[in-house]
Amino acid sequence: MNMIAFSQMDNQHLIELQGVTKVYGTGQAAMHALRGIDLHIEEGDFVAVMGPSGSGKSTCMNILGCLDTPTAGTYKFKGIEVGKLTRNQRTRLRRFYLGFVFQGYNLLNRTSALENVELPLIYRGVPSGVRRVRAVQSLDMVGLKGWESHTPGELSGGQQQRVAIARAIVTEPAVLFADEPTGNLDMARSREIMDLLTGLNRDRGITIVMVTHEPDMAAYAKSIVRFLDGLVESDRRNGGQHNAMEHDSTGLA
Amino acid sequence: MLWNTILLALREIKRNVMRSILTILGIVIGVGAVITMVTIGGGATVQVRQQIASMGSNLLMVSPGKRLGPGQSSGNIPFKQADAEAIEREVSSVAAVAPVSSKSIQAVFGNQNWSTQVTGSDNKYFTVTNRSIRSGRQFGGSELRAGAAVCIVGETVRKKLFGGQDPLGEKIRLQKLSCEVIGLLEGKGQSTMGMDQDDIVVIPLSTYQRRISGNQDVAIIQVSVRDGAPTDKAQRDIQLLMRERRHLSPSDDDNFNVMDMKEIAKMLTGTTQLLTALLSAVAAVSLLVGGIGIMNIMLVSVTERTREIGIRLAIGALEREVLMQFLVEAVVLSSFGGLIGIVLALTTSIWLAGVLRVPFVFNASIVIIAFLFSAAVGVIFGYFPALKAARLDPIEALRHE
Repeated sequence: MNMIAFSQMDNQHLIELQGVTKVYGTGQAAMHALRGIDLHIEEGDFVAVMGPSGSGKSTCMNILGCLDTPTAGTYKFKGIEVGKLTRNQRTRLRRFYLGFVFQGYNLLNRTSALENVELPLIYRGVPSGVRRVRAVQSLDMVGLKGWESHTPGELSGGQQQRVAIARAIVTEPAVLFADEPTGNLDMARSREIMDLLTGLNRDRGITIVMVTHEPDMAAYAKSIVRFLDGLVESDRRNGGQHNAMEHDSTGLA
Repeated sequence: MLWNTILLALREIKRNVMRSILTILGIVIGVGAVITMVTIGGGATVQVRQQIASMGSNLLMVSPGKRLGPGQSSGNIPFKQADAEAIEREVSSVAAVAPVSSKSIQAVFGNQNWSTQVTGSDNKYFTVTNRSIRSGRQFGGSELRAGAAVCIVGETVRKKLFGGQDPLGEKIRLQKLSCEVIGLLEGKGQSTMGMDQDDIVVIPLSTYQRRISGNQDVAIIQVSVRDGAPTDKAQRDIQLLMRERRHLSPSDDDNFNVMDMKEIAKMLTGTTQLLTALLSAVAAVSLLVGGIGIMNIMLVSVTERTREIGIRLAIGALEREVLMQFLVEAVVLSSFGGLIGIVLALTTSIWLAGVLRVPFVFNASIVIIAFLFSAAVGVIFGYFPALKAARLDPIEALRHE
């Protein structure tokens, strides 16, 4: 489990959490969402984050995604200590390095698929001509060629999720964070999405961190991190890929 | 980036057309009211100025009775024609003196009748009031002395009684007096007090006294002071002369009144300007209320679009960029309201100027000021909601339903 991480201890990890805690509220009402997390994620990895609700995986994702900062401990992204950055600096970090597939798609309503995908490029200051070309390419990559002008209301759940993925990868991020990307989809659609993510990880070298409840989906990942009560319960390499039957809920391999 | 933001704002406004219209209504009314008030007020001021200029050189009005103010009115001793003659003779700085009496009388011609102001005076009246005869002639010396049944009519009376017909030589009836029209006055428009100066029939004073009033009284003496001569000196000289003629002892108050018309006109100009300022201030308050309306809707909009803001912030929009987005939206809204208000105000002003018969004076500076002010309202009242949007926590915002 930790052998790979251990052997690379002296090198720089893409993502490195050390003793990260997160406490909401103070005093008696304090809620310890994370109680001391140590985690490494290497470039090119595909990590599935699992755990029951309330186990701290969402909090951890928010911290990893630079949307939130730890109460204590350090989070280093490419060697940069995120906790010491200002809100605007963290925004720039997200803008240039991270891609997000939010839970429940979170596309802009009444806005075409193309414009949704263009959005992160606007904030990067990409000129409109280039923006359009890249957005079209990105939509093509997720298999939505010809759907550019459709608004989320006119798209199916699977299609909306693919637009969300297209939006997340259009900037060619270093890390793609996906929060239950197959949450509302049926099995066939879920497999499509997972194939897409696996392809992106394999062919484009995008590091993926994905939260999921479903062991079948987690089985697509290269490694699985399990959360329980604000702690990492297990962190192990996934034996085989694309094998939904391979999953093991006992923890340590 | 700014252009993008403006396009984004326009798209957002287009999405909620009805709401946007209602939002800017306050600004439209505010800007419209301010510009209309200032334009009409400016027109009224210009009109008063024109009237002062047309009023004739330095007009003084001598009327019987005490000065206005607290106090009992003692029996007014009326003037006689001799008083007017005395002023002309004794006071060196006067240019012309006209004794005037007048009364509102129904004038009849054929089957037309029209209630007008019948004025008894002499030819000096035209000099003093700075009026000229457009066609026909003045009164003859013998007509004035004998009290002949002749009259000179104003433009309004001609229109009402004769229509397109030439009035000269026709006879009109004033009570029991039937008199021949011998002249037509040049039009003069409204007076400072809003009276139609062309609604007038002038007849010889002697005719007026004999046939209309039935006594030898003169209601008022109008005096024009020679150009360059000080009006206040003339005013004082007339006062002294009249005191003497009316046998007032030094302890008595004046039982007559010498008024400088120019002073009254100036006072009226001041009043017009003050009124304009007050009305504009009231209108400006509605601009403020309009601003609050914009703030209200922007706050609603921020709440409604919390998730959108969350997405933008998470994806990489800086606080500043979200702030700008909402601020630009508010400013675009309010400036748009300002533009509509300007168009509305100009059409209303042109129409109102016609109705109120004041000149339409386009005031470019107030239009520009009102527009800038409406944009400023957007900035001021849009800032708080925009800041609220920019300060949202992306995690919370994304969870928002």
